[in-house]
Amino acid sequence: MSCELMRQRMDAYVDCELPAAEAAEFEVHLRGCAACANAALEQTRLKLATRAAGRRFTPPAEFRLRMEQSLRPVQPAKPHRLLRWPVAIPVALAACLLLAVLVVTNFQQRRTTYAELTDLHVTTLASANPVDVISEDRHTVKPWFAGRIPFTFNLPELKDTGFELSGGRVVYLQHNSGAQLLYTLRKHRLSVFIFQDAQSWPQWMASTSSELSFHMESWSQDGLRYVIVGDVSDSDIHSLAELLRKAARQ
Amino acid sequence: MDEPQTDTGTFEELALPLLARLYNLARWLTQDAGEAEELVQESCMKALRGFGSYRQGTNFSAWIYRIMRNTFLTSRTGLKYSTISLDDEENDVPEPAATGTPESALLASFDQQAIQSALEGLPLHFREVILLCDVEEMSYQAISEALAIPIGTVMSRLSRARRAMRTQLAGAPNSPRPRSASR
Repeated sequence: MSCELMRQRMDAYVDCELPAAEAAEFEVHLRGCAACANAALEQTRLKLATRAAGRRFTPPAEFRLRMEQSLRPVQPAKPHRLLRWPVAIPVALAACLLLAVLVVTNFQQRRTTYAELTDLHVTTLASANPVDVISEDRHTVKPWFAGRIPFTFNLPELKDTGFELSGGRVVYLQHNSGAQLLYTLRKHRLSVFIFQDAQSWPQWMASTSSELSFHMESWSQDGLRYVIVGDVSDSDIHSLAELLRKAARQ
Repeated sequence: MDEPQTDTGTFEELALPLLARLYNLARWLTQDAGEAEELVQESCMKALRGFGSYRQGTNFSAWIYRIMRNTFLTSRTGLKYSTISLDDEENDVPEPAATGTPESALLASFDQQAIQSALEGLPLHFREVILLCDVEEMSYQAISEALAIPIGTVMSRLSRARRAMRTQLAGAPNSPRPRSASR
C-alpha cells in the first residue's frame, strides 16, 4: 500500500470504517512508515479533540423536564363499556356493538387530530418566532407559500372585521405539509390550518369542537381542509370561518 | 467496521435517551439556545406523530436526526442555508497557507476553544458531517441516511470538512468564513 493511497484512506481508517483486511494492511504500513504513522496520530488527535469540544451544550433542566412530560405516552382510552359485555349477546346487539366501536375509534382518531392541532397552535404561541412570514398583507403572505406547500388558497379581506393577519408558516400534520396562518382578534390569537383533504383524515362529524378550552371549527372546501383553533368564542371563530369560506369561493 | 445499529422500542424509550444529543446538535445548527429548544421540541413532536413510519430495528438516531435537520432547513434560520448549492463545496476549502510550518506543530497547539471556534466557522454542510461523525460517532452508513446523501459523498465531504478544520486551526488568513452570522 503506497503512502498516497494511505493518505486517501486515512479518514476511513481513523473512523474505523475500513474492512478488517484493509485495516490490517494499513497497520502493517504504519509500522514501517514514520510519516504515515505521524499523520494517522494527528488525525486521531483531531478527531478526539473534536469529540470533546463538540459535546458542548447541555439542555436546561426545565427544558428536559418539559420534553419528558410531552413525550410521555398517552394512556390508552378505556374500552367502551359495551365491549365488556358478555360474549353471548344477541346477534342484533353485536351489530350495534360494531357500530359503537367504529364510532369510538373515529372519535378517538378525531380527538388525536384535534390534540395535534392544539399542540401546533400552543407551540406557535409559545415561540419567540411564531411565524416565518411576518405581514398583515394577505398579498404578501399568500405568495410566500408558493412552492412551499403543494396547493394554494385565498385569504379574505379583513377591513372593519376586527381580525388582523399576523403572518404564517409551513407546518406538518400526519406527514402532510400545510399552511398555518396566525390571526389576532382583540389581543387573542387564532390559528387557521389549511391542509389537503384526504381519506386518512378522520370523519369530522362535528364542525365545531373544544380541546383544552380552545374552540375549533373545521370544514372541507374545494379539496382543502380548514381548521381554526383559538381561545375566543365559537361565534368569533365562526365569523372568521365565514370570511375564509367566502374568500375560497372567489 | 461497526455492525449496523439497530433500535427497537417505544418512541419514549428511543427518543428520551437522545434528548441531550439532539439538543447539542440543535445548538450547533442554530447557534441559539432558544431556537435550539424550539427545534428539538418541534422535531420530537413530528417524529412522535410519524413514528409509525419508523422501521423498528433500523437506526433511530439517524431517523430522528434527519427529521430535525429537515425541520431546521424549513425554519427561519435554516432557510438561509437552503439556497446554498453544494456543487461548489470544493471551493469552500482553501488550501492550507504555505507558511512552511509543519502541520503537526500547528495541530499540537489547538485547545478546546480553538476547536469550537473552528467548528463554528465551518459552513453548515461541513459542520454537521463533522458533528455526526466525530461527536455523535455515527457510521458512514448512518450519516448517509441522516443526511440523505450517498456514502461516497459522506466520505468526500468529511475529508474536505476536516481539511477546512485544519486550515482554521492553522489560522490561515484565507480561512473559510461562516455563511451566516453567529448569534
